[in-house]
Amino acid sequence: MPSLLSPIPDARFGPAQARHLLCRVAFGPDRVRAARLSELGVHQAVETVLAGADTSGLPEPPVDPDVRRPFTREEQQAYRQAINSEDPELRKKAREARQAFDRKDRQMIRDLQPWWLERMMLTPDPTQEFATLFWHGHFATGYQPVRDAYLMWRQNEALRRYSLDSFATLARYIVHDPAMIKYLNNHQNRRGKPNENLARELMELFTLGEGMYRESDIKEGARALTGYTFSDNDFSFNERQHDDGSKTILGKRGKFDGEDFVGILLKQRACARYIALKLYRHYVADVSDRYEDLEGSAKLVVDQVARVLRSNKYAIRPTLRTLLASDHFYSDAVVGRKIKSPAQLVVGTARSMRTPKRSMVRQHEGMRVMGQTLFEPPSVAGWGVGRSWINTSTLYARQNTCVYMLTGKSPGRKWNKKGVNYDPMRLITDLDKGDPRGVANVLIDEQLGPGLPAERRVPLIDFLAEGDKAITRDRLLGFLTLVTAMPEYQLC
Amino acid sequence: MTEKLPFTRREFLQGSLALMSTLGTVPGFLAHASAAPNTAAARGALTAGRTLVIIQLSGGNDGLNTVVPAGMDDYYRQRGGLAIPAGEVLTLDDRVGIGLHPALRPIQEMYLEGQATVVQGVGYPNPNRSHFASMDVWHAGDSRAADGHRGVGWIGRAFDQELRRGRSDSLSCVTIGEEAPMATQGREAKPVSFTRADLFSWSGKDLHDQVASAYDGLHEGLAPASNDDPVDFVFRTALDARAASTRVRRAVARDSQTDFPNNGLGRQLRAVSSMIAAELPTRIYYVALGGFDTHANQAGTHNRLLDQLATSVRAFYRELEAIGQSERVVTMAFSEFGRRVKGNGSNGTDHGTAGPVLLFGPKVRAGLIGSHPSLTDLDNGDLKFRVDFRSIYSALLDDWLGLDARAALGQRFRSAPVLEV
Repeated sequence: MPSLLSPIPDARFGPAQARHLLCRVAFGPDRVRAARLSELGVHQAVETVLAGADTSGLPEPPVDPDVRRPFTREEQQAYRQAINSEDPELRKKAREARQAFDRKDRQMIRDLQPWWLERMMLTPDPTQEFATLFWHGHFATGYQPVRDAYLMWRQNEALRRYSLDSFATLARYIVHDPAMIKYLNNHQNRRGKPNENLARELMELFTLGEGMYRESDIKEGARALTGYTFSDNDFSFNERQHDDGSKTILGKRGKFDGEDFVGILLKQRACARYIALKLYRHYVADVSDRYEDLEGSAKLVVDQVARVLRSNKYAIRPTLRTLLASDHFYSDAVVGRKIKSPAQLVVGTARSMRTPKRSMVRQHEGMRVMGQTLFEPPSVAGWGVGRSWINTSTLYARQNTCVYMLTGKSPGRKWNKKGVNYDPMRLITDLDKGDPRGVANVLIDEQLGPGLPAERRVPLIDFLAEGDKAITRDRLLGFLTLVTAMPEYQLC
Repeated sequence: MTEKLPFTRREFLQGSLALMSTLGTVPGFLAHASAAPNTAAARGALTAGRTLVIIQLSGGNDGLNTVVPAGMDDYYRQRGGLAIPAGEVLTLDDRVGIGLHPALRPIQEMYLEGQATVVQGVGYPNPNRSHFASMDVWHAGDSRAADGHRGVGWIGRAFDQELRRGRSDSLSCVTIGEEAPMATQGREAKPVSFTRADLFSWSGKDLHDQVASAYDGLHEGLAPASNDDPVDFVFRTALDARAASTRVRRAVARDSQTDFPNNGLGRQLRAVSSMIAAELPTRIYYVALGGFDTHANQAGTHNRLLDQLATSVRAFYRELEAIGQSERVVTMAFSEFGRRVKGNGSNGTDHGTAGPVLLFGPKVRAGLIGSHPSLTDLDNGDLKFRVDFRSIYSALLDDWLGLDARAALGQRFRSAPVLEV
């Protein structure tokens, strides 16, 4: 039986296909890079985008491990004395000292959000950041209940480190991750007084999907995770709070701990299928998050990806290697039909239009209005995909953030031409400025895709070729702004 | 459970008419059933055009200094210096000793005219004292939401249901603010949200005229054909956005006939009144007033905020009356929790639990609903709730808007008796 995962023949892997690959794994297109990749043939091209790059020169994270450092015994004592004292001044001082730590921590997460966004824009290894973002949405953890920015960054680093390694490693890691433990209250999960939150989400959202286990499995799984806590910034196993009795999880019986529990989950067929579906939704198509809803080629491909995952012991790289080289990935049903996430839109615009350095805080604010705040997913279920990103309000937020990135103009503010600080002519140094129609078509192919119908190109081409004069900086800026306002620009 | 209602002519007439029609003939529940429209169509016709405005008081409004139990000695004993002196409290019901903060005189006026309702002791089981978690509970419409929700709220779910029934408009829900509140997010249904109506449009059009006209050209050619195609979906949303933007901006550009206070809430409610005047198909408007987290030196801040609330709401209904629209608008003001009974050491109050919910409009059942929570029978120093907030949501969705409260709340709640409909 011919598999939908059979590789696309090299004869059909041209610059358009290489562009599609970059859009889906590296945030956005780049026609020079696409041309180079297309000459390598599909396997080598995919290998190249998955290979990684030296990221050592990127900006350092703005973190301080000590903001949430637990009080020493003396400090604790002094604090308690002050807060319970008769002297209102002393009580006030103690309260204010505590509030100062809270403020510092909130500031740290507000610095980390633009830090990560900038990293996505600058990194020579966008594939890694795009995968890290995927895992952030999968093992969704929000700053709000965690309220410890350093732990959020630690998790981010771990997800980045393992992002293309193995799902098994990630799943094993996550039950040891202090931010996750705090987010899902596992530090309150004790022998005889279980808290089921982590056990439940581990099954429902991280490994198996809804309905693939019973309530009793959650109860027993929670017992296996008792004592998995953290101390200061690190995981800690509290043996006295661990329930070492016998448990029955998904038909297996033993004195399981958290590692055993994760091991049992990874052995389930449902787990590979669930992760295959999540990968498919991130890289390939906006389909339902319920396996039962899948039909046609999407269902077949997810089944096949699940098999690849299992035979590779959940290794991500070989799985993506197969998926991203597949005939299906380059089919008409896939290309140009996925709605960009806010991160994809913003980072993709920055990278492919080489927009200048502007306020990262503002650009991240734009993403927040579009519905995607880094380190603050809406819930443990993470972000949705596809149509959930687009409505009448977010569409303007998406268009207007692009306007800001290109021109420096904020909505409702007067535009200062001097503030543009951007030379779009850099994008066309390899093209003939005297041929505006030709340039328009090349840029449309790159930014909106070669599949854009001729009649949709006309207003854009006419704009750039007004009077058929050589292209000026202003014209080109207006043209690019219009490109980002095309409904088609929301898709990739 | 209703305390004495303020005696107004309108109340009296309505009350006696209702009484006459049912007296001694049919049992009450049957009379209610026969009076209620019993087909979906009749119900739709009745509730069409009705609008709900929600005012979120963010930060945890001090309920005890909003609706003041001046008749309870314990209030003065426990609140100490922060207590409102009995002589300054604006009486609502002197029989039970309940009144309003002195800054709420405009609300007292509305109350006496039969246009305001005070529901006392509103909350939910196992209260959470974190702003974030408690606001999630109110937004999700689910008392367990503090442990993790799904980013979807009660209003969003109600409109998801409407969407499934083919009865929705892109302007069904409008929120004013940077981000649409979770309450208004559905799985599919999404609100329109903006900080200022003039910003609800493409900002690139100001670059120069040619860009603006090219932008129009790019959108004129759109012709969404199918439902399944993602490109068509974005086309349709783009067209909806342009239509909604035009309608909203045109509506809000209108001058109001009466004056509004020039503050945050006043400006938001003025915009809402203009959209109501333009008869947008909006069922729910959502606005917010923040700053209620009064841990220190509360008195002045709280006074200013309540003044802003009262004068803005009063102005809002004056305007609605002037344009003949007040009958179709009910407004609800809520906060994520009240504050502790005892003040703290900084002339402020810390996070508490139950608090009052205020409703406004000619169609509310004016009066005090519920009795004031006890100040001595406390739960860890906090008030025990008496009215589940979802029973108010149920009344507003089901009885006022004709939306599916059960779908929105995931279970059935008996509607609180807050409306005269």
